[in-house]
Amino acid sequence: MSILKAALPEKEIITHVKKLDGKTPGGDLQDKWSKYKSEMKLVNPANKRKYNILVVGTGLAGGSASATLAELGYNVKTFCIQDTPRRAHSIAAQGGINAAKNYQNDGDSVQRLFMDTIKGGDYRAREANVYRLAEVSTNIIDQCVAQGVPFARDYGGLLTNRSFGGAQVSRTFYARGQTGQQLLLGAYSSMMRQVAKKQIELYTNKEMLDLIIIDGQARGIVIRDLKTGEIETHTGEAVVLCTGGYGNVFFLSTNGKNSNATAAWRCHKKGALMANPCFTQIHPTCIPASGEYQSKLTLMSESLRNDGRVWVPKSGDDKRPSDEIPEKDRDYFLERMYPAYGNLVPRDVGSRAIKRVCDEGRGLGATGRAVYLDFASAIDRLGNKNISDKYGNLFDMYETITGESPYNKPMRIYPAIHYTMGGLWVDYDCMSNIPGLFVLGEANFSDHGANRLGASALMQGLADGYFVIPYTIGNYLANNSLDSVSDTADEFKVSIDEVKKKNESLLKIKGSSTVLELHRELGAVMWDLVGMARTKESLNEALEKIPQIKEKFWNDLNLQGTENNLNKSLENAARLADFIELGELMALDAYDREESCGAHFREEYQTSEGEPLRNDEKYAYVSAWEYVPDSVSILHKEDLNYEHVEMTQRNYK
Amino acid sequence: MSDVINLNLQVWRQENENSDGDFHYYSMKDVPVDISFLEMLDILNENLTKSGVEPISFDSDCREGICGTCGFVINGVAHGPMARTTVCQLHMRHFKDGDTLVIEPFRATPFKIVRDLVVDRGSFDKIIQAGGYVSINTGNGPDANSILIGKEDAEEAFDSAACIGCGACVASCPNASAALFTSAKISHLLQLPQGQVEERARVKSMVDKMDDEGFGACSNHGECEAVCPKGISIKNIANMRRSLIKSIVK
Ligand code: SF4
Ligand code: FES
Repeated sequence: MSILKAALPEKEIITHVKKLDGKTPGGDLQDKWSKYKSEMKLVNPANKRKYNILVVGTGLAGGSASATLAELGYNVKTFCIQDTPRRAHSIAAQGGINAAKNYQNDGDSVQRLFMDTIKGGDYRAREANVYRLAEVSTNIIDQCVAQGVPFARDYGGLLTNRSFGGAQVSRTFYARGQTGQQLLLGAYSSMMRQVAKKQIELYTNKEMLDLIIIDGQARGIVIRDLKTGEIETHTGEAVVLCTGGYGNVFFLSTNGKNSNATAAWRCHKKGALMANPCFTQIHPTCIPASGEYQSKLTLMSESLRNDGRVWVPKSGDDKRPSDEIPEKDRDYFLERMYPAYGNLVPRDVGSRAIKRVCDEGRGLGATGRAVYLDFASAIDRLGNKNISDKYGNLFDMYETITGESPYNKPMRIYPAIHYTMGGLWVDYDCMSNIPGLFVLGEANFSDHGANRLGASALMQGLADGYFVIPYTIGNYLANNSLDSVSDTADEFKVSIDEVKKKNESLLKIKGSSTVLELHRELGAVMWDLVGMARTKESLNEALEKIPQIKEKFWNDLNLQGTENNLNKSLENAARLADFIELGELMALDAYDREESCGAHFREEYQTSEGEPLRNDEKYAYVSAWEYVPDSVSILHKEDLNYEHVEMTQRNYK
Repeated sequence: MSDVINLNLQVWRQENENSDGDFHYYSMKDVPVDISFLEMLDILNENLTKSGVEPISFDSDCREGICGTCGFVINGVAHGPMARTTVCQLHMRHFKDGDTLVIEPFRATPFKIVRDLVVDRGSFDKIIQAGGYVSINTGNGPDANSILIGKEDAEEAFDSAACIGCGACVASCPNASAALFTSAKISHLLQLPQGQVEERARVKSMVDKMDDEGFGACSNHGECEAVCPKGISIKNIANMRRSLIKSIVK
């Protein structure tokens, strides 16, 4: 292992002495959750309707939580930024959802799914949470089928599964390439049923801009009506944040254009700890950016790597079209570097290898940021028809976007940001360090450690919403006596003022750089310096450049329009302001973590084979950052104690 | 690869729901043909912002054809000229140098224009609320494999369930009917045993709601199917009618 010495001064990071407690219940791993459920306090059914629960976000986590809490009798108010809750970005998930059903009788079990998830996360997730996730995974499938989710079936009418993302068992349930869509519509329909029963009050086109804490507890939110610009307030006994991940920090990602970190970041600024922000996942098979106007990236399902072979020309000077490059001049680099797994290496390993060959100057096209994913030998072997049965939809999608047919020409792919494992810190109850603020799904940090397995995001969103929060929120409400609060309280007034001022100040800058330009600038810094591979130097550089972008943003932003109307530029500007601050924290977190683990790759820390090298002695903790206005954030640590699992090094050779 | 085209755009601009709107004219030079239609509008918006004019409001999210957020009319066709393609997936290589493109919002009384090209399709939620679900609470589902569903039924249910709720069907219907959207949900559930239990109540209630919300009646023009980016078939409307008759006759 080589350690590069940084020329720049050490960043001073203050570490808090008090260790964080994840409040994992005692007892055997297998029994923790059932014990919790049998021992928790219950809310009297007649009392449930006295509680107002504010759910923010309507993806898989928010949709399932809203529906389930409403079914239990709570008064739920649900907020989303779109014109209808059905548009949340969970809808774009293609691959599938894992569950330890063992329907294929191939040796799967809760224990095995648990182990795969822990190992996939490179031993940086909380053991008890992951076990619970694996445990409730089977209930999710029952629930979704009962709702009418049209999962793929075999001729006998039973559910069928596929193996996904290198798993050795077939545990992934899927609905063509649109599993996220079908699961989301399932949760959405359950939600709509409760809206019809008036158990959920639905607020569309509303964006949460602040969290209200009264007497130390989360008691309300401040929102902006995106159509009229009006600032509104809502009070409740608990706030459930389900606002997704922050991949758009990188500007180009596979996230939806509206995916943003603002609600979570504003909670962070009110005291919620942000955990492991540097854990961001890169997906190896995305359609490369075609040029400077690219607005987002599109993922091509991982399953393509089952038959596609990844290569680049051996020489960077070889500019011949792909069909004129003979076999001897091609480098099938994944097969060469990882003979055992070949093209099927895990996401992070594959992504880094692709980046490496492009950095060597062997990438394709004008941007130099693309490699071939070639189906020629699979087509020779299986025929066009077989390939089109398997991948027809994906090939069509590729052709729609690029104008080239993968039947005749190899696809071009490049890695892109896809998912963020980090998020607001939560305990075993999915509650943040602010009592009454619960965080579910991608917005929290809890289950995937340093790297998420394929088909596990949908599982976690729905596990949190359908099967975890209904219990843990009851426990919180039953254990706390909460006085009623009014939205005329000072805390609301102060916040409304701040929110309004912030928007006004954005509109007053009247500079010359557009939101898009500034966001691109941030994205370039994040991708180059805090992206797939990081070094102390690159992070130092990022920590210098991001504040410069912040400076430029607040002095040179060109924003048109007013705050009293639909104004997408204003929405985006406010979100970018938060992304910039979050980006800085991501760099700081990556700087602090002097090891490589999962998707977090510090070049200084790698094995002689180029694999991530963990340092369990020093870094087997969750980093949870506390916001300090105008100063460096404070690092709190939650030690990861593995009682049931032995930590080993991954090896995909 | 780096081909570029010039375009003349006529874009509907409207301040808010209650104001009058009109067309504004923009000429676009050197538009790369590799970019998407929305990226072309992004460029226009950048130019407008730089020259001190408020950018055009249009909606999008996934930009990969699955969320149903995007959608407007290009030269009279909802989602533009390419079949089975949402505007976010439409690329400029399908247009010619010198083309004039008239861009306007989806127009239908139940879809209120929020601003410029943005409409609110919340009325679709109301139709789903009227019965577009299976009445089952979380945790009540039996083991997933205890419900057998033939492969073909599952596939057909999926075909109907693939609707993205974009509203192009309504916008292209001379009567502003939501029959294709509504029938897609009804057929999806009708083709599955879980959904059949509530068939009668569901179809009646959803169809009534469709009328309440101000959507027109279906008179078999078939425009909806032609513009639907997800290939939802008008067979679904026939299914809905059959089911409706059944529910009345009973
Ligand atoms: S039926 Fe087709 S056109 Fe109508 S809302 Fe659904 S996807 Fe859009
Ligand atoms: S933006 Fe999602 S379908 Fe077009």
